[in-house]
Amino acid sequence: MPRFQARVLVRLRPSVLDPAGEAARGAAERLGVEGLSKLRIGKAVEMELEAPDEAEARRRLELLSDRLLANPVIEDWTLELEQS
Amino acid sequence: MSIGVIVFPGSNCDRDVQWATEGCLGISTRRVWHEETDLSSFDAIVLPGGFSYGDYLRCGAIARFAPALQSLIDFAAKGGRVLGICNGFQVLTELGLLPGALTRNRDLHFICEDAPLKVVSQRTAWMQGYNDGALTLPIAHGEGRYQCSDETLKQLQDEDAIALSYGNNPNGSVSDIAGITNASGSVLGLMPHPERACDPATGGTDGRRMLEALLG
Repeated sequence: MPRFQARVLVRLRPSVLDPAGEAARGAAERLGVEGLSKLRIGKAVEMELEAPDEAEARRRLELLSDRLLANPVIEDWTLELEQS
Repeated sequence: MSIGVIVFPGSNCDRDVQWATEGCLGISTRRVWHEETDLSSFDAIVLPGGFSYGDYLRCGAIARFAPALQSLIDFAAKGGRVLGICNGFQVLTELGLLPGALTRNRDLHFICEDAPLKVVSQRTAWMQGYNDGALTLPIAHGEGRYQCSDETLKQLQDEDAIALSYGNNPNGSVSDIAGITNASGSVLGLMPHPERACDPATGGTDGRRMLEALLG
């Protein structure tokens, strides 16, 4: 059975305020890092799985991302997938 | 007549709810482990506050898949009354029984204080006892900022489904929302804690009428 490595990036939708990102941006300024106009915090979920083919692996991971890893009301997600 | 309080790993207001419903109001109450699936003996279900499954991933995201909640979908579809308090409200949005989502408070603080609230709609049984239109309930949450799309907000307004709003919007919620119902009014989710306001000795009694509405 082919093995795949996957990474799902979950981001808050652009319209949703990210207070943790704003707080981190404030700390970056205090660190002396200049010019940082945007800092938004998301999640990276790394996975390995076995599936008959890439299409099936993608189908499973899209279901997982849409139903569990992200909440479409407030978050977007992107999937990176490659065979090991 | 009895109510069930679903208990998840990490729930911490389940006993408070039982103290309020059974101890203060005399309503027969049983705590139900989240792996149980038979809710048929109950007239109403409460999802209590706390940190179900450690709030891993997102608040309520993992609790949503608990066996008891698959039964809860059927229970609610038959018109059974469901009350989600704090983490319970978060679970109801993840489960899809209520629209929107609860996110990190605007100012990042965990807020623990008495919140002045306004009754936005007296349409449902939950709110019918509040004739003066104002009440005070404790809030205690870090992720209580209600978020939804403009379309969802309009739908909530059109359905008269916004039950409660904050007087001072402590967390940045859309449209000051503190609690909403579904269209039929059988399901209520709110961030404030009515179960902590059922005895004059512990901060007022404004929560009593809402809990009495569990049994109509």
